[in-house]
Amino acid sequence: MSEGIDEADRPQVLEGTGTDLFSKFDPLIEMRRSLLATGQEDPFSLVMERVVSPTVAVCNGRETILLGTYNYMGMTFDPDVIEAGKQALDDYGAGTTGSRVLNGTYAGHKAVEAALCEFYGMDHAMVFSTGYQANLGIISTIAGKGDYIVLDIDSHASIWDGCKLGDAEIVPFKHNDIEAMEKRLKRIPAGAGKLVILEGVYSMLGDIAPLKEMVRVARENGAMVLVDEAHSMGFIGANGRGVAEDQGCLDDVDFVIGTFSKSVGTVGGFCVSNHPKFEIMRLVCRPYVFTASLPPSVVATAATSIRKLMHGSNKRAHLWENSKVLHQGLRDAGFQLGTETPQSAIIAVIMPDLEKGAAMWEALLKEGLYVNLARPPATPANMTLLRCSLCAEHSAEQVQTIIGIFKRAGTKVGIIG
Amino acid sequence: MNREDTAAKIAALIEPFNKKGVAITDATTFAGDLEFDSLTVMDFVAEIEDAFDIIISMNAQAEIETYGQLVDAVVRLQG
Repeated sequence: MSEGIDEADRPQVLEGTGTDLFSKFDPLIEMRRSLLATGQEDPFSLVMERVVSPTVAVCNGRETILLGTYNYMGMTFDPDVIEAGKQALDDYGAGTTGSRVLNGTYAGHKAVEAALCEFYGMDHAMVFSTGYQANLGIISTIAGKGDYIVLDIDSHASIWDGCKLGDAEIVPFKHNDIEAMEKRLKRIPAGAGKLVILEGVYSMLGDIAPLKEMVRVARENGAMVLVDEAHSMGFIGANGRGVAEDQGCLDDVDFVIGTFSKSVGTVGGFCVSNHPKFEIMRLVCRPYVFTASLPPSVVATAATSIRKLMHGSNKRAHLWENSKVLHQGLRDAGFQLGTETPQSAIIAVIMPDLEKGAAMWEALLKEGLYVNLARPPATPANMTLLRCSLCAEHSAEQVQTIIGIFKRAGTKVGIIG
Repeated sequence: MNREDTAAKIAALIEPFNKKGVAITDATTFAGDLEFDSLTVMDFVAEIEDAFDIIISMNAQAEIETYGQLVDAVVRLQG
């Protein structure tokens, strides 16, 4: 027997104690180990075994009210949306197996882009396979080496990754600080390209941006403006176009980024714009070109959902009511919240630390309520948050049940007196 | 502003961020010796930017590990 074969049959056993490329994850592995060693249910391995409706699922064996899904308008189980998806599966098959610029553009992809143009009242719409890719693709393609990106420090990971991919000079400013943004814009060397990136709703604390003032300042300083409205579509603004519409400055925004995985109720991302040269993006934007397009059933459900959201004012009113009642109820119960007043459909409950936050998360789950546990580094100022996102399909009764669960769990864990 | 004056101005600005009273030399590192986390870095960079009316982009920050490198960068960025 040759030595080579002998070695292949008995490979050297690696203990995992040495230093290799995974060593950088050791602090996180240890944090997770010590958290779970206390008997804590793992907040990041939850399985939804059965989904009953947009607001109820069976999680880890328990029937659970869902309060952390971003399914703001409850479109996931809309009968018309589901029917459109089934029909597209029958007519076009399970997938496109191709890029949008090769064999992956079907009638459904053009139809959903037409629905987006109508929804936003804009000339151009470009659909990506996820919201993450929409930010990654648009930002990295329009702002390259030598250009400057001025962005809010609390921007979403997909925005940061888009900045990094594009190789522009990255200049962050303090969250929602108009003066800090303006100072940085004025210091950019003359002649350099400038892009300001803002979000309508910031998803961690659920607060909104003073877009009207910020967009005005950005334009006065010669910058193009991109606004991520992922968490406002379908809900905020007279036509559900987002915070920029609500504040009357949508016409001054060059690019709106959005997603199908929140109010629209499926998956996918997009950018809408009035820029006359926008269509060239389809040829130069790598995260658009070098990936497979969305399945026909997904674009069919998205198009149907978007068209229904245009007439969703009653649902919007009910969602606002839910948000206001929950915010007031949690405040009255003594919880510390991310915003003084309800500004969106996200209500963030601030926890004293990760251990207490994880214990509270588990206590809520055992009472039959699911929320998101958000922890550093995804959170601003290293906070641990229990992030609640409401749905237009939550009944007034469910909202009262939720407040009751929070009170019992909060008392048990010692978050409130 | 020359290196000496720039260094003196930065020395005054860093004081409130030097919580453990570390003796600072050009070789002092921000992450290691001064234990700056990402939030502290953001606040400190904003102070320096405003004091000198410059931009230290995140790309430039990635190249700055020591106090001496920061002083050099600020001298250069002032043009």
